Order: sequence, then structure tokens, then C-alpha cells
Amino acid sequence: MKDVARRYGFAATVVMVALTAFWVLVLIILPYLFLVDASFRPSLPADQVGGPNDHYTLQNYLTLLNPNATKEFLFLSIPIHLFVFAQTVAISCLVTVITLALAYPLAYILAKVVNPRTVATLFLILLIPLWISELLRSFAWYIILAYQGPLNALLGLFGISPIRWISGYNGVIIGLIYTYFLFMLFPIYGSLTTLDSNQIEAAEDMGARWWQIHRRVVIPHAKPGIASGCVMVFMMCAGALFVPRLLASPSSRWFTEVIMQWFFEGLDWNTGSAYAFMLLLVCTVFVSLMIRLFKVNLTDIAR
Amino acid sequence: MSEGVQLSGVSVNFGNFRAVNNVSVSIKSGEFFSFLGPSGCGKTTILRAVSGFISPSAGSVRIGGQDMAGIGPNRRPTALIFQNLALFPLMSVWENIAFGLEVRGAPRAARRARAEELLRLVDLPGAGDKAIAQLSGGQKQRVAIARALAVEPKVMLLDEPLSALDLKLRQHMRAELRAIQKRTDITFIYITHDQGEALAMSDRIGVMSQGRLQQVDTPQRIYENPANGFVASFVGENNVFNGTLDDIQAGVGTFTTDDGEVLRAMVGSGVKEYADAKLYVRPERVTLNPVSEKAREGANVVAVKVASIAFEGNFINIHASDKRGRRHIVQVPNDASVWIPPVGTDARLEFTPDQATILTENLPARAGEDDVGVRQGQSYRVEVAQ
Amino acid sequence: MQKLTLGKILANGFLGLCMAYMVVPLIIMGGAGFNNSRFPSVYPWRGFTERWFEDLWNDQRMLDAGINTFFLALAVVAMAVPIGTAAALLLNSLQSRMRPLLFGILIAPILTPGVVVGISTLLFWNEFNIPAGLHLSALGQVSYIATYVMLLVLARLQSFDRGLEEAALDLGASHGQVMRRIVLPHLYPAIVLGAVLAFFQSVENYNITLFTRGNAQTLTVYIGSMVRTGFTPEINALGLLFILITIAGVVYVEIRRRRNVRRELTLEALAAIEERRDLQGMAP
Repeated sequence: MKDVARRYGFAATVVMVALTAFWVLVLIILPYLFLVDASFRPSLPADQVGGPNDHYTLQNYLTLLNPNATKEFLFLSIPIHLFVFAQTVAISCLVTVITLALAYPLAYILAKVVNPRTVATLFLILLIPLWISELLRSFAWYIILAYQGPLNALLGLFGISPIRWISGYNGVIIGLIYTYFLFMLFPIYGSLTTLDSNQIEAAEDMGARWWQIHRRVVIPHAKPGIASGCVMVFMMCAGALFVPRLLASPSSRWFTEVIMQWFFEGLDWNTGSAYAFMLLLVCTVFVSLMIRLFKVNLTDIAR
Repeated sequence: MSEGVQLSGVSVNFGNFRAVNNVSVSIKSGEFFSFLGPSGCGKTTILRAVSGFISPSAGSVRIGGQDMAGIGPNRRPTALIFQNLALFPLMSVWENIAFGLEVRGAPRAARRARAEELLRLVDLPGAGDKAIAQLSGGQKQRVAIARALAVEPKVMLLDEPLSALDLKLRQHMRAELRAIQKRTDITFIYITHDQGEALAMSDRIGVMSQGRLQQVDTPQRIYENPANGFVASFVGENNVFNGTLDDIQAGVGTFTTDDGEVLRAMVGSGVKEYADAKLYVRPERVTLNPVSEKAREGANVVAVKVASIAFEGNFINIHASDKRGRRHIVQVPNDASVWIPPVGTDARLEFTPDQATILTENLPARAGEDDVGVRQGQSYRVEVAQ
Repeated sequence: MQKLTLGKILANGFLGLCMAYMVVPLIIMGGAGFNNSRFPSVYPWRGFTERWFEDLWNDQRMLDAGINTFFLALAVVAMAVPIGTAAALLLNSLQSRMRPLLFGILIAPILTPGVVVGISTLLFWNEFNIPAGLHLSALGQVSYIATYVMLLVLARLQSFDRGLEEAALDLGASHGQVMRRIVLPHLYPAIVLGAVLAFFQSVENYNITLFTRGNAQTLTVYIGSMVRTGFTPEINALGLLFILITIAGVVYVEIRRRRNVRRELTLEALAAIEERRDLQGMAP
């Protein structure tokens, strides 16, 4: 702290420390602590809060495993909320993998194949969907995927009969990929721009095949970008609320919708907090998994 | 008005590393003083201690007799010219120059007028509204000088300001800096690793190595009477003989080289009899003579064979190897009267005892004793002359 | 002349498909705003109409939500920009081992789902009997938007020469003057970009706002509520407006960028001329 005061003077240091402390404590750490605290307390009427019944309990988390409401899956009977949770995580992983598969080649083409002037223009065009609300981005697919919508009409020209796109999680997957695609593209592109093209040429010169070049040269260099993109896309998918509400069939629920239900319909904030904490936990696990897997650090992920 | 700067026993530690070790020197008012040394010798650290960016771990810095302890860089009567100049890129030329006045609350018109005045002083009239990015390297240099002069410092500190320029411009700016210093009569403390710069511009030079001040003296005496082996080899070129000092008589030592040759030379301060030492002699103080000619009375003689000849323009370097194969350089003017033997010729290297010095490799300077060695060196030089 | 390989053709084809994939849905969404159909659609096309724009203009609830959104975004900018900038300056000059820990805490909000941020904000302030409302939405949004501002400012600080601060101090500037005249002007582009980004992020935020808003409406919450009541092409009209505003913003930024590049190139050329003149002037 002394080095800061020496550099910017006492007054400015006090202001900077105060603003940062407000952010860290009041906006980040304390709210998280209150979330965790609430998730371990029973939901009580206002007059009983702080009373004898207000003690720490695991009940809210056990609700996730409630055996009274189950879902048949293969030959298993799984508690419904746990099932939604698992499905949310699984589909988020799937969407992350698909976006990665689409974004990596595009990022490579933009960084290494297309000439930089064209790329500048292309990026300007890509900024438009990025800066428009994700609500509007997913709303576009609500129109496109409608049963009597333009996509089915187009397929009709090729003699393909209409498909019910918004059924199960199909619509959600399509919508999530579109909505968060750019959050995968930009970090990977960013890490690839720092790759010296001579390295690729040197590898070509030594007779490496294209897939060997990617596996040994390009992908290792793009690791921080890939990790960053995967973390962002997974987090946004698992935490998405509007896309599943808009593009899923009513029976296919998303974990965030369950949380919302506890808050606005069940009026049980404590169980809602426990569920929200589960969501936070799974994102944290995903981040640490990525850091481990790609051997990057947190600084690489936030860029 | 300018002020002198006194450093007494200044040490600066960075963790366990002692960057500056017990440096004491008194820089006179209006003097052009250079700290000369290789990179990492602590010279920049001294400058930062004088300007106030770091406080010494021990010792004191006085400017004009006033102790600077606890006084921040913005309240010291110094102006620093940074190695990369540190011109403010978002301000125009005149705003840069007038920045020191702006922060002191001078009105805009006065600032502008003063900036124009200084621009004339540094020979850049009418450049006030230009952007920094459109200036040449030399012009940036002048703007940096004008900006420092604008705050009317008592002491000007310069941290290798010419190192970014190319050779020709650098030589040109040397003369200009010196002229500005004479005109403004401000104390200049100049940091450089370039001995040519230090020798050409300074009133006095402090040679530094490993955080210690090795010698403080005028450029001429630094060159002619280096206090120790480090100064001798860092400033200018030298032919070096390793050996032992056998005997001292009236300041002249008898020296036996590792090859068993006996040479005579001046003895530097602090060198004891029977000590391992080195004998230094400048290439331009050595002559090369045919074996057939008779050697001069009292001169040292070393038998050599001409190994190569390097034409340097205004002078010629003849490289000759002795019987052990060690190279020596003889520098001769590019002049038809000088004997230039072909490669392979046997020849005789000659130098008189008063042209050579016997020194130990390193003489750690102790606080307050910086000038002593030199005074001794001076005195026995006088004896020899008599 | 570049040779046209199969790889190049494939790459360009893929690039074209991707660009179309990103842009066409937006055109469809915007286009549906002109379709004379009760539901948002482009197919079947029932004729051109401007009535959805008129409806949008006359929709009092939408207008109120829009005003709320605007002021909420202003409040977020007013908080997130100073907080993010202060934290960036602090992080940048901290040398202790605290630095990675603090950095980790400060980027956590962008790695946290908005739902979680919204809920924890709601719970925290509820504990002090502060009811939900747009003020909580602002605080919740600031907690992660300030991170974006901080990252932008940190990136800009990378290109800052600390020598400039020292030069200003050496010339007699106070710490406050160094901040005002040297540091902040250098950070200015990042701060402006941060403010614009913060504004847009706030406008489009849905998850945090939904949990913290109380009974107040914002545009996103209002649009979100139509999942139940049904959409009209008014939303498409609104979407088209957003697209146009974004395009205008992007074009403006690009024009400024090009002007800057031109200016820099001009200055560089002028400096090269001066350089040559210097060398000639010195010839004996």
C-alpha cells in the first residue's frame, strides 16, 4: 500500500482504496457470504427469523434430492430438480463444445488466412450482434425457428417437411450457440493474433500436415483463449434465463428457471439461495477444471 | 542561480543488493559533473537519490547546503532529463515546456511567452504548437532541455539523454549541451556509460564501479592518472602487462612481467612492493621501432612481431604480439613519416617509464578519501618531471 | 498473386457462412418489424407497414421502461467507471502478494452467473431492510460491469510509461496534478470505452435486473415478461432501433479510429522529414 501512496499521494490513495474496498466488500464478498448463509437457513415467516427455529440446516440442499418428485431416465428414477440440474450442466457442456468447434476454425481463418484489412471490416460487422441485447439475439431465433417460420419455409423448397424446432431442448441449444458464439470467438481470435505466422510456415516447411500443425503449434498457443472462451460460454449457458424461457418447450426446464420459481412463486428465498449456490459451485468447478486442463491462470482467462 | 550538491556517505540498498555503496562527493555550484561507469554500477541510482525518487538507505544528500531528506521530487530545486526524455505525448511542445509553470499556477499568457523564450534558447523558434510525435530525435532532445530549464532549476540532472540519438547527432548535441550549461550557469550532473561523452563535456568526472566511486577528477587527470586498474581499463584503451612490483624508488617501480621481462613505470597509489599488479600503458604512448635501431636511453623495451594493421582513418592501430602471443596495440598518426612495418616484421615496442603506470586491479574507494589517491599520483608525477 | 488452393476456398466459404450466420438472424428480426402480421414473423409476408413503430411510440409502458432503463444505465456508468478505474490503478501499482488475490476477487463477478449476482445482492440488502428496486439493480450490475471497466483500464495502463509520472513530479507537480494532467488523460480512451460498454451492458442486462428490480420495469424485463403474454412485432421494431443505434455507434467509433490512424501517420511522416533535415543541417 505504501508504494501506491508514494506514487499517487495520500488523498488519491485513500479514494482509490475506499472505492475498491466498497466494491470488494459491499458488492462482491458480503453478498456472496449472505447468499451462502441464507442457503443454510430454513425459510421462516418474518416473525420467526432469529427465533429458536432459525438454525443452520442442510434441508435446502436436500430439497434438490426430493424423492417425491422424480423423473424416469433410462431405468433410473431421478429426483426432478437434480435431473434438471444435471441436464442444464450437460447441455451447457454440449453447447460449449459445439461453439468451440465452430469458433476455432473461424478464429484461425480471421487471424491467419484473411488479410487484416478485411478482418477489421468483418469485426465491425460482428460488433453489431455482440452489442445488441442477448434477448434480441435469441428473439431472432424465436422467429426463425417458428413452425411456420422462414427456416421451415426454406427447407420446404427442398422438399423437407416442417420440423418442430422448439421442442425439448433443441431450440435452447440452437439459441444458446448463437447467443454466446462471439464470447468464444473473440478470446480465441485474440490469442491467435499473437501467434507468429512464421511458426506455422516453419512447421509447414518441416513437412508437418495441417492437422499436425494445429495440434502441435496453433492449439497450444491458443490455449488461454480457448480456456477463456469455454469458461465464459459455459457460465453464460448454465446461467441463461431468457433463452430457455423463450426457446424451450414448456416441459423442458432449465435450472435457472427452477431457482426463479423458488423466488417468485414458492417465495422460498432460502431454497432458492441453495440452488443458486449450486449453480455458482458448478461454474467454479468448471473454471478450476479449465485452469487445470489447459494449464493457464486466472489472468489469462480474464482478458 | 545554481547550487552545489554534496553527497556524504550515500548508500542505497534494494533488498540485499547494495546498489550504491558509501559514496561521498562534493559537486560545486555551476560545475558540469559526470558520473561515468558501466551499466549497473549505481550511477542512475545516485541520480534518482538526488532527484528524490528514492531515499538513500544511509548518508545524506544536500543541495545548496540544505539536507534533502524527506523532501519529495516535486519540491526539490532539481530538474531531471530522463533517458527516454519522458515528454508528455498528449501535450503540444509549448505545453510540455510550460508544464512546470502551469503546475505552479502561472497564467497562460506568461507560460506561453516563457515557452517561446526557451524555444529560442534551444534553437527551436516557432515550434510551440507542434505535436511531440512530429519532432525528430534531436528536436525532442531540445524540448526536454527547454522543459527542464523552464522551472529554473538550481541543479540539472541528465540520465544518459543522448543515448537514443545516432552518432553524428550525439556529437553535435554534446557541444550544444555544454554551451547551454555555460550560458545558464546551472550545475549539471550527467550520467553516462560513454567515456567519450564524459571526457568531452565534463569539468570533473566521477568514475563508478559496483556501487563505489573509484575516482573523482578532471577528465585529463582521469585519463592520465587513473587511480586503479578499473579506471585505467574503463576509460580509454590500454596495453596491460601482468606481473609483480619488486621495488619502488622515488615513485618509480621496477616490475617483473609474467614473462620475466623487467619494466619500469610510475607506481599508483596504494600499490605495495612485492604485490601482484598490472602495468598499464596507452597505445598512443608506445612507439614501434625497427630491431636494427638502438633503443632510447632508459626506455622499456618489449620484443614483438607485427600481427595485423588496422586503418582507422586519422590514425592507424598496429597490433603486435609478444613472445607469449599476447596482443599489444600501438597507435600511430596517419602520417607518412611514421614507420609502418609489414605484417610479420620483428620489432621493438618502446615506452618510457613516465608514460606507464603500475596499478592494482581494484582500489576500493573509502569515504572521504576519493581525492587522496589522485593527489599522490600527481605528486610523484612532479618528482619524475624534476 | 496468391494461389487459390482448396484450403483457401474452403476457408473463405466457411467464413462467408459464419458471417451470414451472425448477420442474417438480425436482418430477419429487424425485417419482421415491418411485416403486417399480428405475430412477429417474416414468413408469410403480409405486406409492409409502419404501424409497429407507431405502436411502439405510443406504448406508455414501453416508454416508462425505456426511461427507467436509461437512468439505470446512467447510474451504473456513474458508479462502475470510477470504481473500475480506481481498482485498476490500485492493482497496477500494488506490488505485494495481495495483488493476485485481489485480482481474483475482482474478476469473480464476470465469471459468476447473473442470476447468482442478482440473488446475492437482493439477499444482502434485504438484510438491512432495503427493499428491492432499481437502486439494487444498479448495485448488482455495477458489481460485474466495474470488472469490464477495470480490465479495459488495466490494458491501457500497460502502455503507460511511468517515467511520465516521474517527469511531472520532478517538474513540481503535486500528486493530484499528476493524476489530472498525466494519468487520467492517458487513460481517457479506455475510460470512455468503459463508459460506453457499461451503458450498453446495463441496458441489455436481464438476469440481475430481474431479481433485484422489485416492481420497477426495464426494457429487458418488459420484453422478458412477454414470454407469457405473447409478443407483438413491436419488439421487432424496438430491436431494429437498437440495431440502428449500435450501427451508428460502431460507425462513429470506426471513423474516429481511422482519423487517429491518419493523424499518427501524418505526424510520423513529418518527424521523418525533420530527422533528415537535422542530419543535413549538421553536415560540415
